[in-house]
Amino acid sequence: MLSPAEKQAIEEEMRHYANRPSCGLEALKIVQKHRGWVSDEGLADIAEFLRVAPAELESVATFYNLIFRRPVGRHVILACDSVSCWIMGHDRLMQRLTAELGIRPGETTPDGRFTLLPIPCLGACHRAPALMVDDDLHEAVDPEKVGEVLGKYA
Amino acid sequence: MEKPLTKNFLPNGAFPDLAAYELAGGYQALRQALTRMTPAEVTQAVTDSNLRGRGGAGFPTGRKWSSMPIGAGAPRPRYLVANADEMEPGTFKDRLLIEGDPHQLIEGMIVSAYAVQADVAYIFLRAEYTRAAQCLRQAIAEAYGAGYLGGNILHSGYGLELYLHISAGRYMCGESSALMNALEGRRATPRDKVLRSTDSGLWGKPTVVNNVETFCNVPHIVTHGAAWYKALSRSADGGTKIYGASGKIKRPGAWELPMGTTIRELLEEHAGGMMDGFALRALLPGGASTEFVLDEHLDVAMDFDSVQKVGSRMGTGTLVVLDDRTCPVGMLRNLEHFFAQESCGWCTPCREGLPWIEHVLAAIEEGRGEAGDLDMLARQAKFLGPGYTFCALAPGAMEPLTSGLKYFREDFERHIGERRCPWRG
Ligand SMILES: Cc1cc2nc3c(=O)[nH]c(=O)nc-3n(C[C@H](O)[C@H](O)[C@H](O)COP(=O)(O)O)c2cc1C
Ligand code: SF4
Ligand code: FES
Repeated sequence: MLSPAEKQAIEEEMRHYANRPSCGLEALKIVQKHRGWVSDEGLADIAEFLRVAPAELESVATFYNLIFRRPVGRHVILACDSVSCWIMGHDRLMQRLTAELGIRPGETTPDGRFTLLPIPCLGACHRAPALMVDDDLHEAVDPEKVGEVLGKYA
Repeated sequence: MEKPLTKNFLPNGAFPDLAAYELAGGYQALRQALTRMTPAEVTQAVTDSNLRGRGGAGFPTGRKWSSMPIGAGAPRPRYLVANADEMEPGTFKDRLLIEGDPHQLIEGMIVSAYAVQADVAYIFLRAEYTRAAQCLRQAIAEAYGAGYLGGNILHSGYGLELYLHISAGRYMCGESSALMNALEGRRATPRDKVLRSTDSGLWGKPTVVNNVETFCNVPHIVTHGAAWYKALSRSADGGTKIYGASGKIKRPGAWELPMGTTIRELLEEHAGGMMDGFALRALLPGGASTEFVLDEHLDVAMDFDSVQKVGSRMGTGTLVVLDDRTCPVGMLRNLEHFFAQESCGWCTPCREGLPWIEHVLAAIEEGRGEAGDLDMLARQAKFLGPGYTFCALAPGAMEPLTSGLKYFREDFERHIGERRCPWRG
């Protein structure tokens, strides 16, 4: 069941689109915001609410990089792996990150604190290498000081 | 030198709010267009200015708008979309424009929407641009509050709703027909180009899609006129351009300069040249999907037509610089990894071909390359080029590859011959 808050948020967004099914991506994002990720159950709830086929919504949900179909940690790290960051030391940064966290890209720390994901260009190529933690952009990250960046996120 | 697009940028990372924007002359173009000009006059001014789309392809903006049906019998609602997806690796200009002066984009969109008589406008923003989203939310609310958005703007009889759509992340969303599918809540696969979006776009209605930087130019064209705008430029394409550069250079960044500034000036004057101990090997002039150019091409003017004459494209105008201490094969592997991952899977050559190309590049870089690999790559690149795929993603992916195979042949051969990457020691 979608919560009243989720339903209300979806209905509010719906006013910006020409019809109900068009709101599918918005609904997925809203449910993800409330629950951290989109479970099979959450997906079925949205499909029912928008009156679209669950398989159709599933094909949308799995298409986009930032709809999570598996649980993620409390904080999501998006590390840019595109060309300018690669030139400016992405590999070293990734080494330090995986060592610090004890996980590989795509995984979540056992304590549920961080999920580490690669992401295409964050539009900070002139301040590379770049990464995001949740909504925060961190630019020109010194791989040796990546622990300090992570320390801000409990 | 005039810098209309960035003149209101504040040094401390803040952005001019409505009051500051108005104080600097903001929303005067809107007032002028909506109360003293017809929609056709606005489109004419933009046509006369030679403004070419800043999304990468350089399509003349006035010509695109002219194909919008706007008469009394034309279909409604009509839509206008700002493409703020900006996922082209190496490109960061639209983010700076939004964060630096969000009202400029909004005013540009309203004036443009008036020209094509749109009823609803969207800003299609990529999700990772969280600060840009904050700036836009505040600026849109302020614009509604001041009566620049909503019904009957400035008692002109013209009304426009403007919504912010935050994407869920996929490079293909930037392709304008895929963007419309994404806005309709579908997978971002491209649409058949037989129908123009100005005839059948969002929800089957007439739709104009333009890049953020394109819209930002419009208020200035309306205020100062086409002649002034053309005079800003050093080339046939009008206006200024937000150029940028990244890589091992002394001062990576972005600069607003006359359209047609040379690559050498960008690199040497504005970017301060290469970092100490590094030499220039080659560069991509305008993002990941442009061909490499070499030292001998540096004096070319950065505008849409000139860069094509040296076998590349201006693209987004943000240079990605390859230095002599970075492996070109590794760089190509990184680029093709991006394209393979972001292929939407709609057509076979791209869906199957890009992962295969990435696989072969990875093998070469790791010292497992075979003698026939380079010919195979060249052949693949041909069949992923223009005409063989459903959209421009795959041909774009081949631009760095074909030029790389040409310019870095020796490096490729060394990897294969020595069975290792010489840069990894
Ligand atoms: C794969 C792909 C990605 C694209 N991404 C963007 C983008 O992020 N932003 C953009 O403005 N144009 C992008 N484009 C170009 C758009 O399709 C379209 O040409 C552009 O938004 C039109 O705006 P303009 O005429 O103002 O340049 C992309 C094209 C392709 C093929
Ligand atoms: S070329 Fe690639 S991205 Fe474009 S439609 Fe085909 S599969 Fe999709
Ligand atoms: S390449 Fe990493 S931010 Fe652009």
